[in-house]
Amino acid sequence: MATLLHAIVEPGFFSSAPVRLAAEMGALVAIVAAVVGVFTVVRGQAFSGEALGDIGATGGASAYLAGISSVWGFVGISVLAAAAMELIGVQRARGRDIATGVVLGAGFGLAALLIYLGTLQTSTSGSTVTILFGSPFTLSPSDLPLVLGFGALVLVTLAALYRPLLLASISPELAAARGLPVRLIGVAYLMALAVAVALSAVTIGAILSTALLVGPAATALALTNRPGRALALAAMIGVAATWLGLLLAYDSYYWPPRHHGWPPSFFIVALVLIGYLAVAARRGGGRRGAR
Amino acid sequence: MDQPALDVASVTVQFGSRRVLDGVTFQLRRGEFTGLIGSNGAGKTTLLRVILGQQSPDQGTVTIAGGRHGAVGYVPQKFLLDPDMPLRGRDLVALGLDGHRLGLPRPSRQRRERVQAMLAAVGAERFADARVGRLSGGEQQRILIAHALISEPQLLLLDEPLANLDLRSAKEVVSLLAQIAREQRIAVLISAHEMNPLLPVMDRVVYLADGRAVSGTTDEVIRTDVLSHLYGHHVDVLRLHGRVVVVAGDIDDHHADHGVLEVD
Ligand SMILES: Nc1ncnc2c1ncn2[C@@H]1O[C@H](COP(=O)(O)OP(=O)(O)O)[C@@H](O)[C@H]1O
Ligand SMILES: [Mg+2]
Repeated sequence: MATLLHAIVEPGFFSSAPVRLAAEMGALVAIVAAVVGVFTVVRGQAFSGEALGDIGATGGASAYLAGISSVWGFVGISVLAAAAMELIGVQRARGRDIATGVVLGAGFGLAALLIYLGTLQTSTSGSTVTILFGSPFTLSPSDLPLVLGFGALVLVTLAALYRPLLLASISPELAAARGLPVRLIGVAYLMALAVAVALSAVTIGAILSTALLVGPAATALALTNRPGRALALAAMIGVAATWLGLLLAYDSYYWPPRHHGWPPSFFIVALVLIGYLAVAARRGGGRRGAR
Repeated sequence: MDQPALDVASVTVQFGSRRVLDGVTFQLRRGEFTGLIGSNGAGKTTLLRVILGQQSPDQGTVTIAGGRHGAVGYVPQKFLLDPDMPLRGRDLVALGLDGHRLGLPRPSRQRRERVQAMLAAVGAERFADARVGRLSGGEQQRILIAHALISEPQLLLLDEPLANLDLRSAKEVVSLLAQIAREQRIAVLISAHEMNPLLPVMDRVVYLADGRAVSGTTDEVIRTDVLSHLYGHHVDVLRLHGRVVVVAGDIDDHHADHGVLEVD
């Protein structure tokens, strides 16, 4: 038993500074993404989240070119893209996919150009891989205050808007009848989504950012029928997947091919997926059975 | 005579060149159960949206006792909830109490008990802990009524709450609403394209056709002469086994393809 534990928790994991930084930022980002993600799933806006993450790659690439923190790049572009979606009409049920698709297409084109320019400049594809697939191990300590600040902003906003946002997400008609500004609430939520996706993109990459957003939320929704508990559970699942993913990535340095660690994003996303499938399978079995 | 709970005066709403509501006038009093009757497209939802302040009328005024739109309870026509939505009936009722407030909810015994009492009042205790999206139509209606009533409005508007209910659930919901109107002295306005389920309990009726309305007691309004005048052509009001059927009389006119205007 002790040797098994020793084999999983490689000596040095907890004493390594980059690992500690990755674990701290990863946990914060996982909580923000999971909490926003519950509303994303409830509102049926996962496609918007996916698009914002993909477009975020543009920001990551421009930040790389400009030599500023990738956090600024991801958040800046993602918020801009969210604003564009809002203007095109993301809040009308019929306009939603169109608005998202239009902005996504434009974003992808720009991202391709910027990443191409980035590779010309550095003659390596390392930056491309980091932007698209991310790595919590490459975060710099100077990113921590930014991630903390943006993360706290999203959590405080959601805490303040919790009840109106929940009601407007369940039924815009009921919310409007209570005199709530449904459109404004939708904008606030979309901005929170943009920031959450951007933070998620910084840690696990632009392409995979939706996994951290939607995966833990969808799993939590299957486990509880109470909204508050769904939020808490999603956050816990996100943090658990992130930490376990980091641990496995650290271990994988000793796996074949030796001394080439596997990307942490792979493990995090795989763990999120396994968790979701396990819960879905259990429920599927239960539904076919006695009930 | 106390002030009407709702005063709708000469309300006209025009969408483009189409007049959906044309000088609609009626009043509701507390404790009364009123049916807003009209076929599909008659303007029932539009009228309710005007009363809620979500649609501004081109002409006319709406006055609500107390003067605030917040004092109106509302059950919308469309309420589609994903079966997997993590929301219990109990949570939806609690949102009726303080869903407009900022900040995280602070659970208190008082809040819990108020929700519980409301659930009991609409007979929803048995299914209050299940996901709302998985409840039957009739069960969802009870939860929605509790959501609308818990803020203690003087006026309760329901948009076609019987549309997707089987006959038995419809009867139960109607008698629950009539009881609530009487016991809690609330003005209840319920829209329907079919008046028969409402006939046994309806105190008054607002009948909409082609954007115009007549209102009064059932006996005053559901008559051949009154409805013929409203429709602008002859209709017959037939009473069969305690039910009412409105039939277009002149089958040569342009209403011929739907000669029976209302059947059960
Ligand atoms: N926002 C709108 N713009 C244009 N036409 C509308 C709008 N809302 C409703 N209508 C039209 O007004 C008429 C009345 O609609 P509605 O009030 O929904 O009827 P009901 O609820 O009685 O079925 C319908 O012909 C509908 O197409
Ligand atoms: Mg309608």
